[in-house]
Amino acid sequence: MGDLNQQMLDKYRNNFLHEVEEKVDDGEWVKMCMQCGVCAGSCTFGPDWEHTPQKIFMMIRAGKREEVLSSHSMWLCTSCYNCMVRCPRELPITHIMHGLASYAHRLGLAPKNQPTRDFSLIFWENCTKTGRVNELRMTISVYFREGFVSGVKKMWTLRNIGRGLFFAKRLNPLELFVSHGCKDKDGLRRALKKADEIEARRRGYEVQPRGYSS
Amino acid sequence: MAEVVATNQTILVVGGGISGMTAAIEAAECGKQVLLVEKSPTLGGRTALLYRYFPKLCHPTCGLEINLRRIKSNRNIRVLTLAEVSAISGKRGAYSATVKIAPRYVNENCTACGACAEAVSAEVLNPYNYGMNKMKAAYLPHAMAYPQRYVLDASLIGTPDADKAKASCKYGAIDLEMQEETIEIKAGAVVWATGWQPYDAAKIQPYGYDRFANVITSLEFERLADPHGPTGGKILRPSDGKEAKNIAFIQCAGSRDENHLRHCSRICCMASLKQTQYVKEAWGAEAKSTVYYIDIRAIDRFEDFYQKVQKDPTVSFLKSKVAKVTQDKSGDVILHGVDTEGYHRYANAHDLAVLAIGMQPSVAGVDIPAEIVADSSGFIESSAADSGFFGAGCATNALDVNRAVQSSTAAALRAIQVINKLARAEA
Repeated sequence: MGDLNQQMLDKYRNNFLHEVEEKVDDGEWVKMCMQCGVCAGSCTFGPDWEHTPQKIFMMIRAGKREEVLSSHSMWLCTSCYNCMVRCPRELPITHIMHGLASYAHRLGLAPKNQPTRDFSLIFWENCTKTGRVNELRMTISVYFREGFVSGVKKMWTLRNIGRGLFFAKRLNPLELFVSHGCKDKDGLRRALKKADEIEARRRGYEVQPRGYSS
Repeated sequence: MAEVVATNQTILVVGGGISGMTAAIEAAECGKQVLLVEKSPTLGGRTALLYRYFPKLCHPTCGLEINLRRIKSNRNIRVLTLAEVSAISGKRGAYSATVKIAPRYVNENCTACGACAEAVSAEVLNPYNYGMNKMKAAYLPHAMAYPQRYVLDASLIGTPDADKAKASCKYGAIDLEMQEETIEIKAGAVVWATGWQPYDAAKIQPYGYDRFANVITSLEFERLADPHGPTGGKILRPSDGKEAKNIAFIQCAGSRDENHLRHCSRICCMASLKQTQYVKEAWGAEAKSTVYYIDIRAIDRFEDFYQKVQKDPTVSFLKSKVAKVTQDKSGDVILHGVDTEGYHRYANAHDLAVLAIGMQPSVAGVDIPAEIVADSSGFIESSAADSGFFGAGCATNALDVNRAVQSSTAAALRAIQVINKLARAEA
């Protein structure tokens, strides 16, 4: 994985803006930002993160590759679309943030133990296996992400909700052993593989990314 | 009422603001016959509603007075007010226009004595103060109105107030039987000086212009500062009449925004810089103006003025497009956003927020004939090579008064060339 990062470093040298334009979804929009700051001011998560969208865009232009790709900010985006609606230049800001997160993950530079990233990985792993989300297994994986003790604590805190879900028939304990799934699981896997191939071809990747191939 | 003599050698000027007046005067002083058609009851347009001009901070009344005098003393100009061009056909050198003239209900006998205004009790929103106060339904638009004649609002007709007005007039100037007229006129060339209108501030949802009384537009602020305005020239905020000393100016309100107006309105930066000086003039050292901006576009020679304002201790600049405006119980407006110089988040309280509202063309392309090419913002860009139509002033672009006058002089010259060619061909 470090390989892909090195390849990109060699290819783009110091031109991180160019790298973003070519490799990140909607990255070609970054240069349109006029630094008005309305996205940063509109962000519902604004006070809680280090780099606001407009700051990220400026950092991209300034070539701060490591800082951008290892930033927690993109992972905190809740996709409320406030910034995108208000952007005077119509930048698809939300999509760029997700594109950057995805690219950082692909290069192995995304922050470790980032809850959103961990959740995304668990969710992807969970739902692509059978074509359906196994909520019980996914919940358990998320709870026990930080170790056994913290997992038990979390389950204990949320026990009443769990009981409620069980009685409302929204939580089937048998799912722990047998997952329900979609009809054509092989077809789903083939479709996802094909999508991976198309993306790799379009973006010029040689290496199959971790966590993407089945 | 309207006995208009117009021939193929007449220049028709549509719009009687500073641009239309200039084009008409320039052409008339070159000896051409001019017909100036204005939709409202008075000439002067939006210029007459400004308190002061930038950068010299002189009063628009001065320049308007000179121009009105030039119009009065020139026999080549015929002015039609309350008149609108509703259709136009023909080609360069031979246009035929349909002009609709709305009734004023007051004839030439009017001496502007004001007795009718005293007699009537009905009131209407005052459009010359952007609806911030009311005026009598028999009114003189403003002190600089030309012609200096009263107008009866159409809502008055058929009410007892109309009869009271008629009875009060010593000069027999009030004619309640006046009807709308439609006349056909000929013209060799047409100057479109249809001007501009402020962008609808309520459409900028996060700024809450439609929800908060203390969020106003820059044009309304001009009226607040003007002695003829709703507060008699005192800068008082609308919600509770409190003296507004701590004022926020929000730049690019509607302009440079793909969601609203895609062009830069060009004048708003200078307008806000100018308005900070009104605040200083009103409250001295207690004044506090904050300009929230993306970048200050004080074009070419106006840089001097910008530098002067930057040195003013009552004015501070904050580089940020405001994300959201709220209003608290005391009526103060709170501006939310991020200062992009250092990425600091702010929530600043001000007495009043002034939106430096963008300019858009009065007629957004639709009402103007096909011979004219409009740009993506609806401004007149050009006209066909063989056309006798010429744009002037803010109908062609977002311009300040100075540039609008230049643009109009240019349009007048083009129109004169059409007439001259025609005259030579006919001779």
